[in-house]
Amino acid sequence: MSALDIAQVSYSYGERRALDDVSFALAPGRFSALLGPNGAGKSTLFSLLTRLTVTGQGRIRIAGHDIATDPRAALSKIGVVFQQPTLDLDMTVARNMTYFAALHGLSGRLAQARIDAALDRLDMRERSREKVRALNGGHRRRMEIARALVHNPEVLLLDEPTVGLDTASRRAITDHVHELAGGGLTVFWATHLVDEIAPQDDVVILHRGRVLAHDRAETIAAGKPLTDVFMAMTGAEKTPV
Amino acid sequence: MNPYLTSLIAIVTRESLRFINQRSRFLSALVRPLVWLVVFAAGFRAALGLSIIPPYETYITYEVYIVPGLCGMIQLFNGMQSSLSLVYDQEMGSMRLLLTSPLPRWWLLFCKLVAGVAVSILQVYVFLAIAAAMGITMPPAGYLLALPALVLSGLMLGALGLLLSSTIKQLENFAGVMNFVIFPMFFLSTALYPLWKMAESSQLLRDICAFNPFTHAVELIRFALYQSFNGWALLWVVLCLVLFFGLSLVGYTPTPGTGRGKGRS
Repeated sequence: MSALDIAQVSYSYGERRALDDVSFALAPGRFSALLGPNGAGKSTLFSLLTRLTVTGQGRIRIAGHDIATDPRAALSKIGVVFQQPTLDLDMTVARNMTYFAALHGLSGRLAQARIDAALDRLDMRERSREKVRALNGGHRRRMEIARALVHNPEVLLLDEPTVGLDTASRRAITDHVHELAGGGLTVFWATHLVDEIAPQDDVVILHRGRVLAHDRAETIAAGKPLTDVFMAMTGAEKTPV
Repeated sequence: MNPYLTSLIAIVTRESLRFINQRSRFLSALVRPLVWLVVFAAGFRAALGLSIIPPYETYITYEVYIVPGLCGMIQLFNGMQSSLSLVYDQEMGSMRLLLTSPLPRWWLLFCKLVAGVAVSILQVYVFLAIAAAMGITMPPAGYLLALPALVLSGLMLGALGLLLSSTIKQLENFAGVMNFVIFPMFFLSTALYPLWKMAESSQLLRDICAFNPFTHAVELIRFALYQSFNGWALLWVVLCLVLFFGLSLVGYTPTPGTGRGKGRS
């Protein structure tokens, strides 16, 4: 069974087609990147995967649950890190985590154990008493990733999670999430930055709402730099990444 | 613990902590009705004669008359401010966190509503305590009997705020709605003048006041504070609560393919 199965999904904003017959399936326990330039439809796809938006065209299944017919089961299987931070800055890391755990119905000792484990996975436990406002951008992101793991999801969705971070923080976050995938979690990472993708990662290339390629990064690259192949596919000017 | 109860406690705790952390909001929530009570009521006491009308059994001063209206005003402002925070949450993304919870969306929005009501009731009782310290007291049992009335009126006004937030996308648009909702609702109600007084100047204005849900929220609180029951006001408040909450759920439900529904990117 695929961790994430998307079949013939389309979505329009009025006349503008944001997603056009998108189909692909992600294998469990892999790091898969959703690579596309700005405006490719990545955020729209993430909105559909998190049911913030719904579509009448196509089918989305998360860990076997159809998001249209069984949304609660589907949502319970995903952890989400949105592009925009969603933290209460004036509350501590621990309180932010507890609030999120409660939104997933977790409380008491079970919630605390899950929170500690999630913070440990991201090396953030010693910061649990700090206010989020006191954390730097990289640590805030790490905290959001830890939070997304509290309810033990099967699929972790991250929508351009390194936006606004410096190079070192970006690298650290990318490495951490690759390690999570190595531990058996299915990771779906939206980005427009090719250097966040390792050769052995799976890649879905999305452009103007259509899937142009879906394969291992090294297979798509075919011996050439992935950046060049991506640029050639999307017809973009080469810019430094 | 039951996941529904867990989420309710968490959302109410979060909103309460946010309110307590925002000291200026707490202060302004108290100063606003106190200014009306101390300044406006003092000026109007001489100008406005009040006859004996239910639930009052004797002549009352104007300060006594406007206390229930000011309790309603606190809840009206709070309901609108809660919805303002919802618009803010949508812009800042934390609403997405809420809406991607596996719990039913109606329940999550109801929790938000209850959280706003809890904060408003806290403000109302602090205001009533200050008013009592100033010598404006209600029957002792009235303070307790007002609680269910305040819960219902708070829910109704909060649901109105929720409905507004489901139709407003940006904070800038919200400022205008505050002016077009709060002030007409407050002034065209029985918060400041009884209906018969309004009828003396204009029958149309009186009818608008009688139609205004805020009037019924104020009357529900007023009667409860004086250990009386106003069934008509209760009916209006409950009907409006169901209508506003129902419509806001429609507003927050994503609709296929149209891009409607809150929380979209």
